[in-house]
Amino acid sequence: VVCEAGCILQALDTYLAEQGFMVPLDLGAKGSCQIGGNVATNAGGLRLVRYGSLHGTVLGLEAVLADGTVLSDLKSLRKDNTGYHLSQLLIGSEGTLGLITKVAIATPRRSKSVQVAVVACKTFEEVLSSVEVARRSLSEIISAVEFLDRSCLELVVAEHGLRDPMGEQHAFYLLVETSGSNAEHDQAKLELFLEQCMTEGFVQDGVVAQDGAQAGELWKLREKIPLALQQRGKVFKYDLSLPMDAMYALVEDVQARLAAPFPAAKVYGYGHLGDGNLHLNITAPLDAPPALLAAIEPFVYQWTAEKRGSISAEHGVGVMKAPHLHLSKSGEMLELMRKVKDAYDPNGILNPYKMLPPPP
Amino acid sequence: WPSLLFDLYPPPPQAKRMRALVAVKRVVDYAVKIRVKGDKSGVETAGVKMSMNPFCEIAVEEAVRLKEKKVVEEIVAVSIGPKQSADTLRTALAMGADRAVHINHDGILQPLAVAKLLKAVVDKESPDVVFVGKQAIDDDANQTGQMLAGLLGWPQGTFCSKLEIADKKATVEREVDGGIETVSMGLPAVITADLRLNDPRYATLPNIMKAKK
Repeated sequence: VVCEAGCILQALDTYLAEQGFMVPLDLGAKGSCQIGGNVATNAGGLRLVRYGSLHGTVLGLEAVLADGTVLSDLKSLRKDNTGYHLSQLLIGSEGTLGLITKVAIATPRRSKSVQVAVVACKTFEEVLSSVEVARRSLSEIISAVEFLDRSCLELVVAEHGLRDPMGEQHAFYLLVETSGSNAEHDQAKLELFLEQCMTEGFVQDGVVAQDGAQAGELWKLREKIPLALQQRGKVFKYDLSLPMDAMYALVEDVQARLAAPFPAAKVYGYGHLGDGNLHLNITAPLDAPPALLAAIEPFVYQWTAEKRGSISAEHGVGVMKAPHLHLSKSGEMLELMRKVKDAYDPNGILNPYKMLPPPP
Repeated sequence: WPSLLFDLYPPPPQAKRMRALVAVKRVVDYAVKIRVKGDKSGVETAGVKMSMNPFCEIAVEEAVRLKEKKVVEEIVAVSIGPKQSADTLRTALAMGADRAVHINHDGILQPLAVAKLLKAVVDKESPDVVFVGKQAIDDDANQTGQMLAGLLGWPQGTFCSKLEIADKKATVEREVDGGIETVSMGLPAVITADLRLNDPRYATLPNIMKAKK
């Protein structure tokens, strides 16, 4: 589909649904975010594990550069290896290299059969084992792999009046969604996955959505977390790429670090487990002291750097993370980035102070 | 001589626990946008997601709650439809039904035909209470429950939003145009479930596995 940058993601998806297609991107903010912004920030979202990133699905762009030149690369060709892929540089550039005005995206077919299951695990290791089983038994039909911890579930249940899907309290919840062309085949695969998880003892309990309405309710348990967190006071948000087995260890380390000095702070862990992407959130009362931030940063970033992860998996850099970029990119790379920025925007008029730290 | 005592003083009859029959229908999923076929001959159902009618889900949920309260001992689910209706019955089993009966039939069925078929099942299973959804979301007929009660000569509690069963009597709160009406009837009876009767549970893993077998 070829569209202008201001199209709201959900409106675009609804339009494509009529023809049996879909946008290869989905986020909780679909009702208000614009496709131009999604591309400029290389938004990841809930289905990257299936459809890949915008770097793969955006076929072309039209953008306006700092000097008014219109960069017209709005083709709909699947393959075009003719020179440097300048549009790729714009994807995720956060508006610092040009203003995206039009987008051409490859749209996958909308699947007829979508199944949603939520399983509960005692330990994070069991969550990871379940994901491994999912990858083996569901492989090509997986369309989402998301996790949340008990704190997150209690939060959304309390703030949004949602139902705890399982009667008992569990430590971790894994949401698995499949999208395929044949409901019978997909349900059979899903049942195989669930059976295996149960017999191996990875999973304590689980539910499978029996209809579209239940699937929506189960998704809300994950999608409403960011909104619910905002109701709890100050929110410190971190979006990190980490090796799978280290993911929850960070949440636990932060919990241990803040427990004694800041008992009112609460730590939450959830995220796109299928992409190795943790959303670490800490809430605190509005009058929390500055010492709290000092206890969290740069601890979280350094912890991530030690594991060779990314301090910003999908949320980008902006102003907030520019000073910490050296923890994820070498000095040489940052220097080259500054050269690119100078080539595209010599007068520095496009989103100044964002993305790149000043030269040392 | 203890056995003699047993015959002279038989134990009091246990309150007979009841059997519930729940009829469920496979319909186009409530969340799906309905499309008319190109030749205008009907609604597009090929490749479209199908699920249990939402009011039937509520009916199953009510039966399961009665079983949890030990008012009902056995729940039999029944569905009339093509071979895929077995999936709908599996959902009922996964929610807590004990047995399922599938009457295989391809093609459209009018409520009167459904009611007659259900009567045949009732004659065979002898339930104490029959639960159906108040209407199906595909035809919105709102007739099957009432017709079934008529054919059986049983009392009916339709548009039920609250149900109490005790001493072989059902007290039904029904949603009517003017508000809520409370009626009382003896069992056996036909109850049709309305939206606010309950919130159907999710099918949980252990039950889904059992239903698969």
